[in-house]
Amino acid sequence: MKKFSPGLILLLLLAACFSLATVLQPRASGWSKRAQADNILKVLLGDGRRLFANQFFIQADVSFHSGYYPSIFDQARAPKDTRHLTAREGESAAEEHERQMNFLGPPRDWIERFGRHFIVTRHTHLHGNQEREILPWLKISAELDPQKVETYTVSAYWLRSMGKVKEAGDFLREGLRNNPESCEILFELGRLHYENYHDPARARNVWELGLRKWSEQAAAGKKPDLLQLDQIAMNLSRLEEKEGNLARALDLLQLARKASPHPEALQGQIDELKRKLAAAPPSAAPKVR
Amino acid sequence: MNTVFALAGVVVRELYRRKDFYVLFVLTAVITLLMGSVSFFHDTQIVRYVKEIGLLLIWISALVIAIATTARQIPAECENRTIFPLLAKPVTRGQVILGKFAGCWLACGLALVVFYLFFGVVTGSREHHWPWLNFAQALWLQWIMLGIVVALVLLGSLVFTAPSSNSTISFIVMLGILLLGRHLNQVALQEPEPLRSIVYGFYFLIPHLEWYDVRDLIIYDQDLVGWLDCALVTLYAAVYMALLLFGAWLVFRRKALNL
Repeated sequence: MKKFSPGLILLLLLAACFSLATVLQPRASGWSKRAQADNILKVLLGDGRRLFANQFFIQADVSFHSGYYPSIFDQARAPKDTRHLTAREGESAAEEHERQMNFLGPPRDWIERFGRHFIVTRHTHLHGNQEREILPWLKISAELDPQKVETYTVSAYWLRSMGKVKEAGDFLREGLRNNPESCEILFELGRLHYENYHDPARARNVWELGLRKWSEQAAAGKKPDLLQLDQIAMNLSRLEEKEGNLARALDLLQLARKASPHPEALQGQIDELKRKLAAAPPSAAPKVR
Repeated sequence: MNTVFALAGVVVRELYRRKDFYVLFVLTAVITLLMGSVSFFHDTQIVRYVKEIGLLLIWISALVIAIATTARQIPAECENRTIFPLLAKPVTRGQVILGKFAGCWLACGLALVVFYLFFGVVTGSREHHWPWLNFAQALWLQWIMLGIVVALVLLGSLVFTAPSSNSTISFIVMLGILLLGRHLNQVALQEPEPLRSIVYGFYFLIPHLEWYDVRDLIIYDQDLVGWLDCALVTLYAAVYMALLLFGAWLVFRRKALNL
């Protein structure tokens, strides 16, 4: 039998590998599509993964506070909602959060006093683009529980503030695919179009859809969050006012007043808008929507 | 002292002959590198989650190495009957205890150095700064803490019949102290008397291993722990190590070695 040189055999094997790869690659992408629908976490953990999702969301909050966070034994003082994650300094949510996070109190004994030299004892928030450090935990949380809406909204808020507008949009759309009825995600998506892409037409469409979803849920007796209605109506009203559609802006402001926790504060804006509307020439047609 | 170091040398050599350390190191390295290679929102500067996962794995691995290495030392000597020629050298039982302790503790220290070097290289390559002093302090505190663990497991290996039961119980006790030790006073204050005094007494009695866990300070780029505080916790650990080793010697002194 004729002998083949090892180099030739190697080349033959390489050619076979290459040919097989070209045949298998299209099939492999099909496998990965299936895997996307039923990812490994879903297969391994089933619905139990939602329990872990909350833990990872909390881990994002811990990271946001650089490790200064109440333990399970301080849970009574732990933050009850996620608004502080997106609140600016001076806002009421931020002040309330400051009170909640004062959980350490004076040390009870010398062990506790001494032990504080080895832990983080100052309440700080990440700043200066360091907020990116919370994103991996939020992403993992969203992978584990795609129905946890605040994961998408909080992530999008920080992605936008870091200038990662495209990533924010992609993540919000992923959230919307998983939660097509979510007014919160639609509100954030509208903000993205209005504030970052400066596209009022698309922002209006998204917010209008959000309003419609909210009304449908209310009609179905699902008791949607009033704060969401307030936020969408307020922002949409500002957009319409800027676009010159004063009548629609007034309608929306009146809708927001119904949902607002402080309706008296909105009355001034409503009166102002009424004055503007009365002063507007009757022939002035509203801008095309 | 030479006898103690000779015994310790045997234990250290055992660490690099066995596969435990290599398996744990490779697992830690692979998981950390895999997590580090994941891209979140196309941001390559995110690093704290890698530090969090890396340090958690280092802590778990170090605990496993310390407990597994120590738990089998004296039972293996008894089982193989090598304890008899050892004690006939002559080596006192106290020297055996000290030698085994020193060997296991040194072995843990060597393993920690390798783990922290890897950790420093991985995180430094992403952060582009190497806070070696913080790493050295974290390593020192963890090593001191492992001294207490080794001493406790050594005592356990003389009290419990099998290394497996000793390892399991020690692991549960260590995790319990690490996770709950800091909060036992809070739990005590919520209990009625006399349970309150019992739990509070327990709180003062246990070695507070959680002090030595400064992972958060590393992960979140906090300042160094004061050097005086470091010295005090080292002294605190030395007292517990001495206490536990003395207890181990007391038990070993009267222990019948025939199986």
